[in-house]
Amino acid sequence: MEESTFLKRKAIEIRMDFVKMIYEAGTGHTGSSLSNTDILVALFYKVMNLDPKNPKWGERDRYVQSKGHAVESYWAVLADKGFFPKEELKTYSQFQSRLIGHPNNKVPGVEVNTGALGHGLAVSVGMALAAKKDSKSYRVFTLMGDGEQAEGSIWEAAMAGAHYKLDNLVGIIDRNRLQITGSTDDVLSNEPLDEKWRSFGWEVIEVDGNDMDQLVDVLSETPRVTGKPTLVLANTLKGKGISFAENTVGWHHHVPTKAEFDQAMDELSKQLEVFV
Amino acid sequence: MNNVLLQKVEGNKIHNRKVASETLLELAKKDRDILVLTSDSRGSASLVPFADALPEQLVEVGIAEQNIVGIAAGLASAGKKPFVASPACFLSMRSIEQIKVDVAYSQMNVKLIGISGGVSYGALGMTHHSLQDLAVTRAIPGLHVMMPADRHETKKMFQALVNYETPVYVRIGRNPVNDCYQSDEYEFEIGKAVTMNEGNDITFIAIGETVRIALDSAEKLAQVGIHCRVINMHTIKPLDEEVIIKAAKETGNIITLEEHSVYGGLGSAVTEVVSQNYPVPVRILGIHDEPAVTGKTPEVFNHYGLSVESVSKVTKEMINYG
Repeated sequence: MEESTFLKRKAIEIRMDFVKMIYEAGTGHTGSSLSNTDILVALFYKVMNLDPKNPKWGERDRYVQSKGHAVESYWAVLADKGFFPKEELKTYSQFQSRLIGHPNNKVPGVEVNTGALGHGLAVSVGMALAAKKDSKSYRVFTLMGDGEQAEGSIWEAAMAGAHYKLDNLVGIIDRNRLQITGSTDDVLSNEPLDEKWRSFGWEVIEVDGNDMDQLVDVLSETPRVTGKPTLVLANTLKGKGISFAENTVGWHHHVPTKAEFDQAMDELSKQLEVFV
Repeated sequence: MNNVLLQKVEGNKIHNRKVASETLLELAKKDRDILVLTSDSRGSASLVPFADALPEQLVEVGIAEQNIVGIAAGLASAGKKPFVASPACFLSMRSIEQIKVDVAYSQMNVKLIGISGGVSYGALGMTHHSLQDLAVTRAIPGLHVMMPADRHETKKMFQALVNYETPVYVRIGRNPVNDCYQSDEYEFEIGKAVTMNEGNDITFIAIGETVRIALDSAEKLAQVGIHCRVINMHTIKPLDEEVIIKAAKETGNIITLEEHSVYGGLGSAVTEVVSQNYPVPVRILGIHDEPAVTGKTPEVFNHYGLSVESVSKVTKEMINYG
C-alpha cells in the first residue's frame, strides 16, 4: 500500500477505535480528538523517530500534548503503535485505569502529565534546551489548542523558545476555531495568531491540519529555519470525519448516543472503503 | 546532639543563600547535568559567581515564574538535574500549578529553591512575603518540603539534594542568621529531625531560622531550671512523626515556631500528628492570619512572638511555672 494511503486509512481506523472507546466508556472529548487525529497519525506513523518497544530511548523525538483533554485519539494511537496492548483501551476512564481522561506518564509513550492548559510548551522548551545542551538531535513536537492560546504561560514559553534559538522545537496549533463555550472569536479573540507567533520570533507555517499529505510534508521538514522554533498553524475541523459532529460546538465533549454511534461508525467505514 | 551550638555566637555574616550557591557551584563543576535556573534572580540568589564560572549550566528565563518551573520539568525529563532559584513569594504562588502538575504529578526531578523566603523582604510588604508556602507545598503529593536552620545545615541539605530524586521545595532566607551548628561536620538525613537539645519539661519544634530562637529560649529557660527539648524539623515533608510522638509522650507540652502563617505550616503538621497519636497541648507560634507587619525580620518576629521572651512566657504558662 502506498504510504500516503496507509496514513489516511490509519487516521480513519484510529477515529473508529476511539469513538468506540468513548461510546463504551460514556465519556470523552469526541470533537477535540477527531480534530487532532490526522496530526497525531502524521507524527506517530511517519514523522517522529520512536521505538514503542523502548519508549525511553534517549534519542527519541518527544511529543507533548499540551491540549491534554483531547486524549482519546492519543490513547488509540499509542495502543495501535504498540506502546501498550490495544486490549487496554477498554479500561479507558474505568476505576483505577491508567488510561485516564488526560495524558498520564505512567503510560509508556507519554512524556509528561498534562491537562491543565498552557503547560506543555514550557516543558517542551526544557526538553529542547536539554537536547541542545547534550548535542542530541531529537526534536520536540507540542500540540496546543487554539482556545488554549489565551493562557499567558504559552507566551512566556514562546519567548524562551525564540530566545534559546530552539530550532528543534515545533509547536502545532490545532486551530479548529471552537472551544467549549463557542467560537474562539467570540470567547476571546486570538487573531491574528500567525502574526503573534511571528512577532515572538517563531517561523510560522499554515497547513490544512486534516490533510495528511500536507501535514507529513510540513512536519517532516523540521527544523525549517536554523536558529528558530517553528509554529505550525494547522487549520482543522472540530469533529472531523463524522458529518453531524463537524464544526459543532456541542461535540467538544459530547458522547455519542447509540444512534449517533451507529451512524458515525457507518460513515467512517464508508470513508475507509474509498481506499480499498 | 553532636555539633549543636548551644552558646549563641553573634555576628555570622554568611547568609544561607550564599552557602547554597557555593555548594551548588562545587557540585555542578563535577556534574554537568546540574543546572541552575533563574528568573532574573541570580543576584538575589547569590548566583553571580555560579553564572560566571559555569555559564552553560545557568539557564536564565527572565521574569517568568510559571515558565521557569515548566522548563525545569522539561530539562529533568531529559535527564538534567535542575535547581530553580526564584523568590519564594513568587515561586510558591505564581508557579504553583506548574509545581503541582509538571513537577510533582509528573514526578520530575526538579529542586525548587524559594529564596528570600518568609519575611526576608520584611519591609516590602505582602507581595514579597512567603508565609503560605509550607501550607501549599506540603499538601501536594509527591513533593517534599524542607527549610534549613543555618549555613551549615544549608550546605548539608544541598549536598543531600543533588542525589535525591524526589521533587523538593526548599525555602531559604535572605539574611545571615546565627549558627545553630558548630560546623558542617555531622550526619544530615532528609526526613530525619535533629534533636538539638535534650529536656523533658517541654518540647520546642522549630523550622528554618526559628531554630535559633528555640535554642536561645532553651538556654535562657535552663537558667531557671526548665529543661526544654529542641527539635529542628528541617524536613516538614516527609515529616519525622516518630520524633514528635516521642516528644509528646516524654515532655507533654509542645510549642512550635515557624516563619510562616499559623495556618497550614509546621504547627499544623505537628498538631495533625499529636492529635491523632498522643494528644498533648500544642501552642503554635507563627505569623498571624493577616498581611504581616512590615519591618526587619527580627522586628516582625518580635511582633508575632517569635522571640526568646515570648517563648519563655508561653512555656511558663503551659507548664504552670512559678
